[in-house]
Amino acid sequence: MSTTDIIDTLAGIEPGSSLDAIRAKRAQARENAQKSYLALFEPVDASDFSLAERATVALFVIGLHGEPNVTAFYRAKLAATDGAGLVETIEAEVTRGRTSGPYGAFPAGPLSIENKAGLVYGVSADRKSALGTRLAAALEHAHLLVFRPRDAASADMKALLSAGWSNTGIVTLSQLVAFLSFQVRVVSGLRTLGAASA
Amino acid sequence: MSAANTVNPPVVFTQDELGWVAWIDPLPETELTERHFAGLVDRARAKSEYFRLLVRDPEVLEARTKTDKDIFYNTADGLPRAERELAAAATSRYNGCIYCASVHARFASTYSKRRDDVQRLLDEGIGADLGERWNAVVKASVALAATPTAFDQDNIEELRRAGLDDAEIVDVINGASFFNWANRLMLSLGESTK
Repeated sequence: MSTTDIIDTLAGIEPGSSLDAIRAKRAQARENAQKSYLALFEPVDASDFSLAERATVALFVIGLHGEPNVTAFYRAKLAATDGAGLVETIEAEVTRGRTSGPYGAFPAGPLSIENKAGLVYGVSADRKSALGTRLAAALEHAHLLVFRPRDAASADMKALLSAGWSNTGIVTLSQLVAFLSFQVRVVSGLRTLGAASA
Repeated sequence: MSAANTVNPPVVFTQDELGWVAWIDPLPETELTERHFAGLVDRARAKSEYFRLLVRDPEVLEARTKTDKDIFYNTADGLPRAERELAAAATSRYNGCIYCASVHARFASTYSKRRDDVQRLLDEGIGADLGERWNAVVKASVALAATPTAFDQDNIEELRRAGLDDAEIVDVINGASFFNWANRLMLSLGESTK
């Protein structure tokens, strides 16, 4: 198991700094954010979602958030797997998928006036074969989760199942996208606070 | 897929208790092993469809649950529980998770005794005027929830002006960030029902 705390590393928190001391007061949260990362990227069982697939989806998700140092970390991660050949493909898809969220529709009713339209992303036709059916479906689902989670519907689960994802694979895929949405925000928030305290 | 024809989705944000129905199959209670119970952390969670679905990946669920509990329940030297729940409710209001907002709005009301203000957040949305301190917490949570995130020095200054120290600001960052995790699971693996 890795011993370096990923959030501290990405947020630039130095041992002995005031943010290090503050994070130490939430030791269980700090330790388990790290364990979440390890459970997703160094799992005991990768049979429903391979390590290369995990790293591929991660680079796409983080790329959409536009945090350069976090993106560099996940780019290196993908480059170290069997999916290394997909780095450029994913970066091209990130460029196509980049937008601002959250947007999407509320259940029809009084909230409908708050509905906000936005990009409904699909993988480009000429990159589908390089990615394969499973990963193409995973990227489309990941984009939905990143930018318009309130649009999610049971049909999206069916799309993943028909692309070859198992129920367990869908749970881990969802956790991976949702965890990264957490991780990148903690990193960005702590980095901002660190800069304000410098 | 279970009980798909009995779902009655709420169409407004509410502090009422709601149910939640999965779109893919949770593990049946009879198939749970010790590995799954370790993932559930609290054995009673085996009764919940949501947790029996997430426990398909027990190691991730266990780490996620322990992260969640420390961020929200460990109030030593930090932000009061009410304001952590406010951050969770504001994030959920902005992302559009009616179920998550209902749970954490109730907690925010319970711990703050400001039920009407919490209801205004739900009714009017993230622009509701809830006083300097709560406005700063809501605004910071909303900025963090944007993709790409819009959280910046102005949010930090506003939180500091409202009286939060750096440890409390870290609690806001953790609580709001965590709900960007929770909202995406709740919204995409099933739906809420009245």
